[in-house]
Amino acid sequence: MAITPDVTRRAFLKGSGALIVSFGAAPFVSASALAQGPFDTRPSQIDPKRLDSWIAVAADGTITARTGKCELGQGIYTAQIQLVAEELSVPIDRVRLIQCDTALAPDQGTTSGSQSTPVNFNDRNLALAAATAREALVRLASERLGVPVDQLVAVDGTVRVKSDASQVVKYGELIEGKTLNIPLSTTAKRKPHREWTVLGTSVPRLDIAAMVTGQFEFVHNVRVPGMLHGRMVRPTAVGATVAAVDEASVKDVPGVVRVVVKKDLVGVVAEKQWQAIEAASKLKVTWTPGIPLPDQRTFYDHLRTQKPSRDAFVVNSNDVDAALANAATVLKATYLHPYQMHGSIGASCAVADVRDGKATIWSPTQSAYPVRNGVALLLGLPPERVQVIFTRGAGCYGINGADTVSYDAALLSQAAGRPVRVQLSRQDEMAWENYGFAYVIDQRVGLAADGTIVAWDHEAWLPSMGGRPGSDRPGNVITGALAGYDPNVVEARAATIPTGGFNNGSNAAPSYVTGCVGNRCGGTGKVKSERILTHTVRSPFFTGPLRSPSRLQNTFAHECFMDELAAHVKADPVAYRLRHLSDPRILEVVRAAAKSAGWDARPSPRPGLSRTGIARGRGIACVLYEGDNGYCAMVADVDVDQATGHIRVRRFVIGHDCGPMSNPGGVRNQLEGGALQGLSRALGEEVTWDDRRVTSIDWRTYRSLPVGFDVPTIECTLIDRVDGEAMGAGETSITLTAAALGNAVFDATGARLREVPFTPERVKRALDARKL
Amino acid sequence: MSTIALTINGRRHTVDVDPATPLLYVLADELALRGPKFGCGLGQCGSCTVLHGGRAIRSCVTAVGTVGNADITTLEGLGSIEKPHPIQQAFIDEQAAQCGFCLSGVILTAKAFLDQNPNATDAQIQQAMSTVLCRCFGNVRMLRAVRKYADGRRAGGGRE
Repeated sequence: MAITPDVTRRAFLKGSGALIVSFGAAPFVSASALAQGPFDTRPSQIDPKRLDSWIAVAADGTITARTGKCELGQGIYTAQIQLVAEELSVPIDRVRLIQCDTALAPDQGTTSGSQSTPVNFNDRNLALAAATAREALVRLASERLGVPVDQLVAVDGTVRVKSDASQVVKYGELIEGKTLNIPLSTTAKRKPHREWTVLGTSVPRLDIAAMVTGQFEFVHNVRVPGMLHGRMVRPTAVGATVAAVDEASVKDVPGVVRVVVKKDLVGVVAEKQWQAIEAASKLKVTWTPGIPLPDQRTFYDHLRTQKPSRDAFVVNSNDVDAALANAATVLKATYLHPYQMHGSIGASCAVADVRDGKATIWSPTQSAYPVRNGVALLLGLPPERVQVIFTRGAGCYGINGADTVSYDAALLSQAAGRPVRVQLSRQDEMAWENYGFAYVIDQRVGLAADGTIVAWDHEAWLPSMGGRPGSDRPGNVITGALAGYDPNVVEARAATIPTGGFNNGSNAAPSYVTGCVGNRCGGTGKVKSERILTHTVRSPFFTGPLRSPSRLQNTFAHECFMDELAAHVKADPVAYRLRHLSDPRILEVVRAAAKSAGWDARPSPRPGLSRTGIARGRGIACVLYEGDNGYCAMVADVDVDQATGHIRVRRFVIGHDCGPMSNPGGVRNQLEGGALQGLSRALGEEVTWDDRRVTSIDWRTYRSLPVGFDVPTIECTLIDRVDGEAMGAGETSITLTAAALGNAVFDATGARLREVPFTPERVKRALDARKL
Repeated sequence: MSTIALTINGRRHTVDVDPATPLLYVLADELALRGPKFGCGLGQCGSCTVLHGGRAIRSCVTAVGTVGNADITTLEGLGSIEKPHPIQQAFIDEQAAQCGFCLSGVILTAKAFLDQNPNATDAQIQQAMSTVLCRCFGNVRMLRAVRKYADGRRAGGGRE
């Protein structure tokens, strides 16, 4: 099956209406009208406890599944269809999937954090619903055929007697005139992995044929009758507010329908897109000067001194100072990471139709229900009068402009009284998005006389403002803030001893510590003396999750510092890691990557360093992503041109374990893309600013690696851990690239890179500073 | 406004627009084509790429009034889901996409280049693709798909 133009939004809606008729509408309505939705959102009318909210079986045997986890380019659309097809024993072309539509799909919060696989592919939610449906159909067949359920089997859209294939009944025949009006079973059994025939195989993505032929409907392609085009006029400086808007300045621009001003939010609406662009560029807006920005050259030092500071321990064994005092050697280093941006290839776009006291939003958001609530707040409508229909945009990698442009479209449509499509400009997107966190990380480690790590002390500073808006903070993104809603800002809080278990969701703790909180130890390593302290301070720019948020920055610091420790004690970096790790699964991915890479066991740097020429080296890094969501190790082989400081990666070798894989080909696609996106971020990406405004506002001023560069080969060793929990695979490899790369450069040259990005100038400076 | 005649994917169209309008908005808004996409509006990323008389151009910075009579080809004009063009088939075979937003730039830039340079080396293809962005970084598969298409094209006598 491929997604064809007729299986797009409208057909889905039309089709699903017919498909659910046999069930009646009642089961969809959550009669209890929950006081609050499951993700701090306002209640959904789709009750997640009812089977019919997830799965419908039509009279013709077609399965319609509904999910709150949506395709963002990561392949989850196809994988969820595989899951439903597998559990219900139907071919994949018999399954339709409705994603993240607040009128049709259950509220599963945000599609983020590599959580779609853990949440929907284990024993809850979509997987549980599909298993519940299969068991219900088998029970119906048992009544129909007069045969006990344990003698029946579901095969190819039918239920038949195991010993007699002639006694068979189709799903459609079982459903006809009946309803599956039942709750999700808590005891429904997933199909055992050994019986999988569809799930766990590399089914090709169902959407690629439509995409490569230009047939696929992105949100940018949504066209609604009577639709106008909107463009935004963003402030000229950070913190600038509207002093005056001269509407007469665009009165001669053809096609202009309306200038919209809502506090500091300014936009124009015109009949045609080009007219809106012209009007946006010609509209005279007088802005206040804004706020002076901290000097970028001293920004990392600035972060250390900021108050208020929200402080938190991930873990604190309370003996670190003593352990460091008694250590044979104490090593220290500081690692720096800049703000980076999502930099979606497509500037964000949304379409809104706000009329007659209700709103429909076609949005590329990862957060359909939260956006519904945010739009309701901005428009002054009850949430049940707002429908958000997820419609794919460009890859987002976290909170790009998707939510903010959805708000823009809603507000402009409300003002114009007609449907409005808003396309952000490249500068709108890049100057005002929620950047990935900058970081300053101090590492301090004590070593015993034999080189064993005895204490690990980690202290980090990061700036934060805004974030995902959730249900009630539209000011967490630029549009809401301009419209008068406050963003979340950091308030002072002292660090307290953590309770409630070890949570390494931000990978603030290195893999080498025990992670003991209370009486339980959740870490993957052996170092018992551990203190992990984070200071969150106020950011002048909006921030938010960017693929592997905080995990990447922390892991860069941990894995490079681990390499420094190994080098100090003249140990092989792989052997030194293995010596301090305890979790068998992280040990296995490290060994797998090293073996596949033909790792040459010896200390770094390589022997016989020279100050000139091309230097070749290898580096390794590893992580248990988010502390519980995917094991990964990566070896990077690099060449460093010591004359120019240019780094060329020849090869990445990845060892990976994310439990039972839904689609190994999809896992590879994610690992490859993550490794190279990580490479682009490690080599060149950095948000820049002057005293008033962001200056990285297009692809000349924010440098991304292009499709054509010296692309390394990428080899993946995938461990299919069939008896484990299914975990995410979308953010594992990217977490390791900068660290593996920095370690490889050290191995090649003896120069240690402690600041991302590794620009040629910065590499050259590190090379020049060597004492060779 | 003025009336402008265009040949898009082999069909004649007449549109009534400001001739300064970038071709992209005419294709996307007036003609409802989905292939070319707004990425940056600055000619920097490639997402809006179309073929103009066989050459890859950036439709977001090409005024529709300057297009003239040459044939414009978008991804839709190359092939269909049922009958994809060989370069589209190569991308399907290699699963060379993630979000898919960049594909006009990747596929049409590669096709235009290989039509002119059928015997291109990997290094030359890499150079040709150095002006196109894919932020999901599907590079490995994309370059493999382009190579596969180039090899097939040569073996087939360059008729594609």
